[in-house]
Amino acid sequence: MKCDLCDNKANVFLTQIVNGKMQKVNLCEGCAKEKGVTDPTGFALADLLFGIGEEETVAGAPSGDACPTCGTTAEELRKSGRVGCANCYQVFSEGLDSLLRAMHKGTRHKGRVPDHLVERMSLRERKRRLDEEMDKAVREERFEDAAKLRDEINALGDGEGEGGSRRGATKVKAEQPEPSETA
Amino acid sequence: MMRFSTLLRNPAPWMCGTRKLPGIVISSRIRLARNLADYLFPTRADASVREAVREAVLPGVRGIPGMEKAFVKGMEDLPGVERRVLVERHLVSREHAGAEAGGAVVINRPQSMSIMINEEDHLRMQAMLPGFDLRSAFTHLQEADQHLEQQLDFAFDQRLGYLTSCPSNVGTGMRASVMLHLPGLVLADQMNKVINAINKIGLAVRGLFGEGSEAQSNLFQVSNQTTLGESEAEIIDRLERVAGQIIQNEIQARAKLLAERPDFVRDQVGRAYGLLRHARIIATKEALNHLSMLRLAIDLGWLPPQNEGDGNLDLVILDLQPAHMQWHAGHKLSPEERDMRRARLLRERLHSLPEPDMQGGAEDASADTPPNES
Repeated sequence: MKCDLCDNKANVFLTQIVNGKMQKVNLCEGCAKEKGVTDPTGFALADLLFGIGEEETVAGAPSGDACPTCGTTAEELRKSGRVGCANCYQVFSEGLDSLLRAMHKGTRHKGRVPDHLVERMSLRERKRRLDEEMDKAVREERFEDAAKLRDEINALGDGEGEGGSRRGATKVKAEQPEPSETA
Repeated sequence: MMRFSTLLRNPAPWMCGTRKLPGIVISSRIRLARNLADYLFPTRADASVREAVREAVLPGVRGIPGMEKAFVKGMEDLPGVERRVLVERHLVSREHAGAEAGGAVVINRPQSMSIMINEEDHLRMQAMLPGFDLRSAFTHLQEADQHLEQQLDFAFDQRLGYLTSCPSNVGTGMRASVMLHLPGLVLADQMNKVINAINKIGLAVRGLFGEGSEAQSNLFQVSNQTTLGESEAEIIDRLERVAGQIIQNEIQARAKLLAERPDFVRDQVGRAYGLLRHARIIATKEALNHLSMLRLAIDLGWLPPQNEGDGNLDLVILDLQPAHMQWHAGHKLSPEERDMRRARLLRERLHSLPEPDMQGGAEDASADTPPNES
């Protein structure tokens, strides 16, 4: 597992409850020391992730920046824990991505997609999802389902010509948490 | 449109329905958070934007299949006591009871679905069912969601899913929860252990009224903490498995208590019966904890099920909540008055309740408890 702040191997794992929400952070030894997290009472994960209260900004938008759509600043976001609009997720994506990674099971939506967007969803994204489903079916030994999914994937692949080559790679990746999508 | 008094006179089956014994899972609930793409989120928006959002979503919400003749109210049109009654009935959140301009609530006639407008997100929709039935609740809600997305442009990102005011809801925007009655685990002093174990696997345990509320009447809400990185079905599966495990733990805890400390359990039930039937002054918390013991006695076959009429324990629990007491009284009550009225209400409602038959023997009672909840 990689450090949330740099690319070194993480060996300090922290969990903290902030306002009733669980937050998790994985750090390498160097970053942990630098951020003073060897003393777990003296810091909050949100501060760490948004880099407020530190001399240099760790991740996320510089603290002076505000979302051009709603005017929410990084400071306000840090304090309230609430974004002001959909665009905040773009503006503060760096800081939010680490926060989301700490909060959730993954960094990619795997759930429902509005019906009218399914069509517009990129071929790649649809294929990625089908790949995951197929891997799962194989793991659970539901081979009939897996075969159906394989056919669906192949049908999509024919359209774009990037057919089966990705699949082997995805299979290996599925063993690990999320690859470095945000990097 | 449904009136407030009609709504109050006709509690939903999930609030007071008949359940298979042992009635460990009281109800199941699914909540979805949705926002419109083109408006600031409610916590950031000013009154005019919030009102515009309400106007934009109301026609769609009213048109959801099953929403005919719904209860539709702007929060500003509801007196404080009525707002709090809705909170006590779990139809709106505590946060929404204090909603600012633009806040509204829409509840279908059977009260199996309620939609809050301009809570923390533009739409907070929930579906509730009696017993252990998260999948059906999800199916109902998904129909509503699909209906709405045909006319509303929801804030959605291909990578992050549904975008919400709080990053902790992003992705599916879904919170699934079950309300569990766990007197066995509480009496056996095992509840903290269970809570810790549940927290470790990314699920939350909360009290009767959700986040930050105290566990009363041995009722606990178990829900998913995480919303991103798993599909709705995976989240529901996980919660179902864990709830199933807790049910087994509860059944075992009850059996063990009855086998090892039968007189302790009988004493708890007997005291509860005596106090609830004869007290003249009683606080909410005390009453709720004793009512939990009567529920347990019903599960154990020591008391007949109280499904019909005023003696239904779920209805009694609702009616002795502070805002319900005040609403029924028709005027503001001092805490002392409330405690006296509450004791009277309990005496009246439980007056035909027979004395618990605890002679049957602990062994029989536990053997009769079928582990068929899931």
